[in-house]
Order: sequence, then C-alpha cells, then structure tokens
Amino acid sequence: MSIRTRQQPDRRDGREHGGRERDGREHGGRRMPRWQLLLRYLLLLAVLALTIGPFLWQLSTSLKGPGEDIYRYPPSLLPHEVTLGNYAGVAQIIPVWDFALNSLKVALANVLTNCAGAALAGYALARMRFRGRRAALVVFIMAMLVPVESIMIAQFVTMRELQLNNTLLGVVLPGCIGAMNVLLMRNAFAALPYEVEEAAYVDGATVWQRFVRIALPSVRGTLAVVAVFAFMGAWDDFLWPLIVLSDQSKFTLTIGLNFLHGTFADNQRLVAAGTVIAVLPLIVLFACLQRSFFRGVGEGAVKG
Amino acid sequence: MRTATTPRGRGTAARSPAAAPPASPGPRRGGRIRTHLPSSPWLFLAPGLLIVAAFGLYPFLSTVAGSFTDARTLTAGQFVGGANYRELVHDALFWTGLRNSLLYVLGVVPLLVVLPLLLAMLVRRQIPGITFFRAAFYTPVVASVVVVGLIWVWLLDDRGLINALLEALGFGRVGFLSDPWLLLLSAMAVTVWKGLGYYMIIYLAALANVPRELHEACAVDGAGALRRFLTVTVPAVRSTMVLVAALSSVGAFKVFSEVYLMAGPTGGPGGEDTTLVMLVQQVGTGLSGRVGYASALSVVVFVLTLGLMLLVLRAHRTEER
Repeated sequence: MSIRTRQQPDRRDGREHGGRERDGREHGGRRMPRWQLLLRYLLLLAVLALTIGPFLWQLSTSLKGPGEDIYRYPPSLLPHEVTLGNYAGVAQIIPVWDFALNSLKVALANVLTNCAGAALAGYALARMRFRGRRAALVVFIMAMLVPVESIMIAQFVTMRELQLNNTLLGVVLPGCIGAMNVLLMRNAFAALPYEVEEAAYVDGATVWQRFVRIALPSVRGTLAVVAVFAFMGAWDDFLWPLIVLSDQSKFTLTIGLNFLHGTFADNQRLVAAGTVIAVLPLIVLFACLQRSFFRGVGEGAVKG
Repeated sequence: MRTATTPRGRGTAARSPAAAPPASPGPRRGGRIRTHLPSSPWLFLAPGLLIVAAFGLYPFLSTVAGSFTDARTLTAGQFVGGANYRELVHDALFWTGLRNSLLYVLGVVPLLVVLPLLLAMLVRRQIPGITFFRAAFYTPVVASVVVVGLIWVWLLDDRGLINALLEALGFGRVGFLSDPWLLLLSAMAVTVWKGLGYYMIIYLAALANVPRELHEACAVDGAGALRRFLTVTVPAVRSTMVLVAALSSVGAFKVFSEVYLMAGPTGGPGGEDTTLVMLVQQVGTGLSGRVGYASALSVVVFVLTLGLMLLVLRAHRTEER
C-alpha cells in the first residue's frame, strides 16, 4: 500500500464522478450490447459463487443437526434438520463467548489507540514546523519497513521482560499505533488547505483547538479507514496472539478456533459453528460500512 | 512504498529544511507562520514515537544483536559470533522452509497480479447491483485467515465437498491435505482466494485514473476489447501492477497462517510443508525457545523480504527505461 496524497484532489474527484455517471450507459461512446451485459452478470455470479460459496457451505454445515450426515452424497447446501445446537455445543466445549469478548476488547483498544495516536502524530508531521521533523518521519517510515514477522521473537522477549506475556495488553501494545496509519493520517492532514487554520490562529485558537475542531473533522474519511483496518487487523490477527497468549482464559477468537480445530477436528459441525461466530460480526460490520469504506479507500488511502 | 511530498508546493519543512524557524510568530516565506509552542509537536508525536520505538525499532535492533547469541527464552545467552548462521546453513528444515516460502512467492504472485486486475475490470462499470458484488468479492479479505483456513480445510477434506464433487465427476478423491506438494498448492490457492478482493480494490482505484479518451480513441481505431485492454489498460496500470507484485510477494514470502492451519504446527510429517516464518515461530517461542537461533532466522527473513521488494521495484525501473 503506497502512501501518497492525492495530488489534485478536486480534479480527480470530478473526473471519477463524471466518469462513473457516464460509465453506466456507454462505453467508448456506445451503449453496452445486451449480450455483453448478460455475459457480465453471468461472470459476476460465477465469481460470487466462488467467493461467497465457501462461507455459505460453512454456515450450512454449522446448522446441520446430529442426525444429518454431513458427508452425505450428493452434498446438500440446505440443511434438512436445521438446528442451533452446534452453537450451544461450541460454547460447552470452549468458552467461545469469552474468547469473543477478548477479541472485542483487543479490537476496540486497537481502534482507539490507532485513531488517536496516528492522528496526533500525523498532524504534527503534516502541520507543524519544528527541528527534527524529518527525523521523526524517517523513524515511522523505517518502522513500517520492518516486517512484524521478523521482530516477533524479540517482541515476545520484550513482553516477557515487561511481564506482559499472556495478557491482552501484551496483544494490543505492539500494534497499537501503526506506523502506516501515522503516515496515512499525515497525508490526509497535508492535503487540507492551510488558510482555515491560519484564520483560526489569527482568531486566537491554540494548536490543540485547531487540531480538534478544524483538522480532525476534515479527515473523517481517512480516520474511518484507519478505524476499520485497525478493527479488522486486531480481530483477525493470529500469529501474534498465538505467540503471546498461553492461558486458555486469555485466548482471542482466532486462537480459540485453532484450539478447537486441533482438539475437536472430528466434529466439523462444531468447528463450523465456531468459525461462523468469528466471522459473522465482521461481515455485518463490513456490510454496514462498505459504502463509506470503498469511498475512503478509493479516495487515496490505497492508491498505487 | 513511497511517500510523496505534500501537494501543490505548499512550502513544507521537507522542502526547506535549512530555513531556521523564526523565534516568534511572524510572516514567513510562502505565507506560513509559526503557530505553536516549541514543545507541542513532540507532545503530539510522543505516543506514536514511543510505541514505534519500543515495539518496532528496538525489537529489530535486539533481533540483530540476539542473532549472534545463544539466548533462550529464559536466559540472556552469550555471544557466539556467527554460530547461529553457520548452523542455519546446515539445517535441513531451514532449506525446506526457504524453498517453500520462495515457491509460495512464485506460485502466488503471478496470479495475484493478474486475476484481481481482471476482477477489477469486471466490477468497474456502474451497472445495477455492482456495489453488492464488490462488497461480496471483498468478504474473504474481511474474514480472519483462521476462519478462511478452517473453511478450506473442511472443503478440501478427504470427505469434503470438493472431493465429493470430484468423485461425482468421475475423477476420484484427491488428497489435497495429505500429499505435501498438493497441500502447498492448496494453501497457495487459499492465499490467492483470500487476496483477490484486496488487490481488486487497489486496481479499481488505479483504473479510475485511466483517461477515458485513450479508450475512446482506441475504439475509434477499431481495436477490440482485448486489444484495448492490452494497449491501453495494462500500460496505464503498470505501476500499480508493480506495487501489487511487491506487496503480494512480500506477503507470500512471509506466509504463516494458511500453511500452519492446513498442515499443522510443525508443517506436516517431517516438516515437509514448513515455511520460514513457521520455523521462526516454532524455534523461538515456548519456554525452551531458542531465541538466538530464531533471531538469526528472523534476520534472514528480513533481508530476503527487503531483497524481494527491491528486486520487484528494480525490475520495474529497468523496464521503464
């Protein structure tokens, strides 16, 4: 993901919107032929089956009752003996709701710290002049270039020295202000016009007031992208919690699922129910936010 | 990965680092004024710098330093010079891991460069219902890699859906998860499946910037859809393709979760399917973890990741010349 400010925000926006409007009806100055539209939808449906199908199969498996042969042939997507018993079953074997709560705590903490920390640092880097600014910027860029996988053992040792291994705080800390997010926020702030802030300064606003009242509300889009990615990143993370957490009561959902899979691999219905519990909140969250998410991402957060 | 300067030549310090900041607020070149206390920027930066330094840069330095010691989880360890690296060279598992990680790059990256572009072309036009399709195609990205891994373990199981379908078509069952090579290929397929939507969005953003006039001019000249794709679209999104290649190769090289879930913590019998990061995790953690040796492995991962990225970017640059 390259961090680049939109060079000319107004022009690009205008073109994109104008383009989209026209795109619907014509292509290269011509209407899209009916057969082409049909072919397009057929392809879309094929890809849809490929991307959503596996999730539906998992959902279906999780709803199949004990009397139904989940290996039966021919396979049937619709469960014949619908039951929610597998969800209760998972909760009896592993404290899946506690795991979910742990995941939620970690994810929310990650959202808060990332939004606040990245906005503060990004604002300073974009909007203040001071000695050492370039050095600070270089620190963040360097931190972004170091892959997490290559420092996780040292992080693990550091956490042990801080006696934070096997705590949720230990899960949150290393990623709680991502260097990438700092740079994203910096670019968002840098794209704002200076004049408004200068007027506020003349009116006597302090730097904090200008940050909270003027700059922050103007970068809500980027802030939302940072928040969504922070939530998803924390909720979905597997490797780091796997290293830090050893006590079952501290497990997050992903680690709990891996444990469930390892211990009860034979009972596919239960594993399926567990995965549905893990993925459903995210799909719902994403479905609610997708409109602004795609706009935010398309607007320059993820831009080549 | 690049960071660009701020837009439209607003004089930032990055452009005039030598200019000394005025002691008191006052007009300055470019009309900008000093509007904060000298300590404010550092207060703003403090949380970020602290976290990044403590959990990013310090661990990196201690990884490099630790790779020259025989440290274990509970003991600090002595300096042993390059012993870890020498051992690495003779470690069969290391070579297996390196082979698998590199194979992963070779297998995954071409598909992740091309397929998401085609997908982006497919969802680009604003036809009814397209936002639904876009969101649906993105779902695998949203789902945790553990969920995705377990879904595919179930699908690829000996008695799973895919084998049932294969058998119905008269192919017989395939041991996707029992044969080491097939397992690696299956894991690659899962990685590609999960990554499609992510790179699709990157391409969508890039496609929005392709001038329509080029397409129209090309169409007037009588070029067909395929021809327009190859002569207009592909060159226009070439730099995005390089970015996707860089991102996906780095990601593929560091693969952990897919293989871990499908092959098991030790990478299957004899560690045949282990990857480099799996090896780091396996060697370095736990109460008897060999931190020093794992650090040496980590340094290798870091150097190769960086090398891979430079390789892709360099290939891009020479091509441009």
